Amino acid sequence: MRERTSILEAVAAWVLALVWIAPLAYALWSSLHPAAFATSFSLSAPLTFDNFVRAWHQAPFGRYYLNTVMLVSLVLAGQLLLSTLAAYAFVHFKFRGSGVAFALALLQLMIMPDVLIVENYRVISKLGLLDTIPAIALPYMASAFAIFLLRQTFKSIPRELIEAAKVEGAGPLQILWRVYVPLARPTYVAFALVSVSYHWNNFLWPLIVTNSVESRPLTVGLAVFGAPETGVDWSVINAATVMTMAPLLIAFLIFQRQFVQSFMRAGIR
Amino acid sequence: MTDVPADLPRTSGGARAWLTELNAWLLLLPASVVLVAFTHYPVLATIRSSLFVVRRNGTEIFAGLDNYRAMADDAIFWKALVNNVWFALGTVPTSMALALLMALWVNRNIRGRGFLRLAYFTPTVLPMIAVANIWLFFYTPDYGLLDQLRALAGLPGWNWLGDPRTVMGCLIVMVIWKEAGFFMIFYLAALQQLPPDLSEAAAVEGASRLYIFRRITFPLLMPTTLFIAINAVINSFKLVDHLVIMTKGGPNNASTLLLYYIYEVAFTFQDSAYAATLTVVLIAILSSLALIKFGYLDRRIHYQ
Repeated sequence: MRERTSILEAVAAWVLALVWIAPLAYALWSSLHPAAFATSFSLSAPLTFDNFVRAWHQAPFGRYYLNTVMLVSLVLAGQLLLSTLAAYAFVHFKFRGSGVAFALALLQLMIMPDVLIVENYRVISKLGLLDTIPAIALPYMASAFAIFLLRQTFKSIPRELIEAAKVEGAGPLQILWRVYVPLARPTYVAFALVSVSYHWNNFLWPLIVTNSVESRPLTVGLAVFGAPETGVDWSVINAATVMTMAPLLIAFLIFQRQFVQSFMRAGIR
Repeated sequence: MTDVPADLPRTSGGARAWLTELNAWLLLLPASVVLVAFTHYPVLATIRSSLFVVRRNGTEIFAGLDNYRAMADDAIFWKALVNNVWFALGTVPTSMALALLMALWVNRNIRGRGFLRLAYFTPTVLPMIAVANIWLFFYTPDYGLLDQLRALAGLPGWNWLGDPRTVMGCLIVMVIWKEAGFFMIFYLAALQQLPPDLSEAAAVEGASRLYIFRRITFPLLMPTTLFIAINAVINSFKLVDHLVIMTKGGPNNASTLLLYYIYEVAFTFQDSAYAATLTVVLIAILSSLALIKFGYLDRRIHYQ
């Protein structure tokens, strides 16, 4: 399949790629130039970081960054811990009701927390957690998808390794920590990248449960900042937009191959 | 589920088996608590809420199917549902066709493959809300990029997102741009697993590239196509972030979608019983799609 492509096709592929990169390139352009050049693309337009400085001073983006980092870490830590324990239970132990329990867990693949906003808001409110970072994280902390992926991976681990650990006198938790977890590393990395991307970008649920600077993640902060009523000019909004995307985008540019492979592996999201 | 669990008790029955069960349930406990609290309980609570109405003093009274009758008479609900269908029809086939084209190109020995793959995939890692901000500017009347282009051609400005005739199309174009690269990687993965001998043999026979694609590659990609299609349709019911800052479902509900309408009813109009009723419909749609998906995936596993 790897034969040479005709010139015409190569040109078409490149044109599509340039069209595809254009909106992002535009956001970068307008964020780095004075507002007067927002729609006039001149090579002599002076470069400036002024838009970033203004955005940073007009809204607490430092705090939003901190909130998003805390949110993403909390979700990921919860997901990895809870789904590792659950997947281990399904693979390593024989117990009554394990089939039913697994099917019930998989229900979350069909009905994700994203659509249960009405009742989840009530649950969070009953727990007294409204307007906190754990409120955003909690519904996602047990991921059926992570349980499913890890169960698949754990099942493929050779039994000899587990038997050997047992002979050495390892208890159940030691077997999990020393045999299963290290061998499932690629799955953990793939899931982590997908989870971090998803929760860095997630918007509707955080918008619903947060109401203050102290808990708002970047995406919600950006929406509040960019609201038309605020009258901030486009170049500054674009600078804020670039700030919101930048960490994930830079990580993606550096670890491109790893990202693409992770999304392939853990693609259902 | 046919393989033997590693920790089978040596003597079945007895204290050891009981301990094994206890261990297993203890390991499951944390995940179960979260899943029950934020998936199973909310689903049941949603169904229950949809059968009650909340009176002004806060007490609930059983209303049977009243909420559902109200929903059947609610023009906005139907509008949102029809919009969802158009949104799926507008975004899914086009973004999948583009995704396939991208994957075919990137899979070939084309100059600058690395850059092409990067360019196609990048929109996937961007937050929807940031994407909406960027595209909002393109669509801004008079001052926005699109109208500036129109001005070059001597055409007057157009309120792209403010006109019911153009708003949906504008949002569809944006979502196609956002999603195509994501679907591309599934096609790419599938293309890399296709046996090369078939198309090589056909090429030796003198078959044209288009013929090879139509008769060999595309049919072999059919399972991938169906897989992406179902996931894409499911996803189209969850994509509403952009509405919050671009249109708020307007003008005159021309761009509202079911999940966005649920959000509005619950948190703007504060009618949680009716929001629950709408959620039941969304749950039913998503479950049906998921059942199709799992049914189909099961069949594929049997055939292989």
